Amino acid sequence: MRVNLTVNGRPEEVDGVWEGESLLYVLRERVGLPGAKNACEQGECGSCTVYLDGLPVCACLVAAGQAEGRQVRTVEGLAGGDRLDPVQEAFVECGAVQCGFCTPGLVVQAHDLIERVGAPSDEEIREALAGNLCRCTGYEKIMDAVRLAAARKAGTA
Amino acid sequence: MEFLRPATWAEALAAKAGLPEAVPVQGGTDVMVEINFDVRRPPALLDLTRVGDLADWEVAADGRLRVGAGVTYARLIAELGDRLPGLAQAARTVGSPQIRNRGTVGGNLGAASPAGDSHPPLLATGAEIEVASAARGTRMIPATEFYRGVKRSALAPDELVRAFWAPPATGPQYFAKVGTRNAMVIAVCSFAVALHPGERRAGTGVGSAAPTPRRATAAEEFAAAELDWAGRAPLDPGLAARFGELAAAAAEPIDDVRGTAAYRRHAIAVLARRTLAWAWHDYRKEAAACA
Repeated sequence: MRVNLTVNGRPEEVDGVWEGESLLYVLRERVGLPGAKNACEQGECGSCTVYLDGLPVCACLVAAGQAEGRQVRTVEGLAGGDRLDPVQEAFVECGAVQCGFCTPGLVVQAHDLIERVGAPSDEEIREALAGNLCRCTGYEKIMDAVRLAAARKAGTA
Repeated sequence: MEFLRPATWAEALAAKAGLPEAVPVQGGTDVMVEINFDVRRPPALLDLTRVGDLADWEVAADGRLRVGAGVTYARLIAELGDRLPGLAQAARTVGSPQIRNRGTVGGNLGAASPAGDSHPPLLATGAEIEVASAARGTRMIPATEFYRGVKRSALAPDELVRAFWAPPATGPQYFAKVGTRNAMVIAVCSFAVALHPGERRAGTGVGSAAPTPRRATAAEEFAAAELDWAGRAPLDPGLAARFGELAAAAAEPIDDVRGTAAYRRHAIAVLARRTLAWAWHDYRKEAAACA
């Protein structure tokens, strides 16, 4: 089947989509955006987190056909041109990236948190990131990165 | 596989009647897992996310809330947390923020897993499920009659869940769940209690500890008879413990990867005792605030 959707502001017309296919597969294999990662395929790990109509979701659990006519924003769509988004900058600066596999999902999820809650508490950060698994960092550097990004956005760092 | 995209409720019912094996999909948080893992290859997916009014809720003429099958957990928490506090607590324990942005009570009902988090509070509040088919129109099914077996419900093959109806809380409500961590867990077991002070009774729901979610009827009768509804005396620990024992007696758990039957039975007793204590504490505080 054909699916029409907007990805990072660009209209995409995707043909040959299998009816049981996920939005994640469409993004990675058909649109050529491999930022969102394919790991657990059951909504447990958060590595495939993207915005769907402004809400972060696991792209592996969205049927491709459900994205028809919808707006998708992936990790590739956060940065403005050559300039990283402040959340991405903070992840780099704080050493919140090790193997990097979970990073795109964490960045999108943290981006949403900071958009919604200007200055999140540690509890709010942990709750927001509860569905994103990282097996390298032990999460402390990720907490540092989210705190730094939030503080920069609020103009307090 | 076909991908059916009805734009209206009438179209959705017609599609389901035309192909009863079509699997309805809302947030996809159950259905897509099964497809991704090749556990299920239905002849068609019936996407209900385009049926606009499924994502609405309203206060019905009889004062109850009628909540569309497409209202997500995230919206239920944000928009109805004050009126359906037990269900909102359960919703907060579902998956992660990403899952709560997609998952729905309607999907939980459609899947009818004994471990679904929505079910105990729906039972405790006396909710009804509105279902419909193209051939026979709408019917209401009390939550107590909806669950028929492990992942089996009272839905006929040509029916879809339209909404659930629940009265706004008239007293304290609590939900508690046992799992290996505080997020992303399927319940080992769960329990919901809802006090209905006007009727001087407590509703209950036992989750993930029997082939279906179910009420703990003996515990409810005990609470109606023994709690000091008029005087609002402090909860006697022996009485709370007995309530827990009766709740555990309603369970019919199995040993599986998430826990043993013995553990589940014990944990239900603890959860029932605790949630009743929390609810009773609030009930007494309400009286103090009004005095």
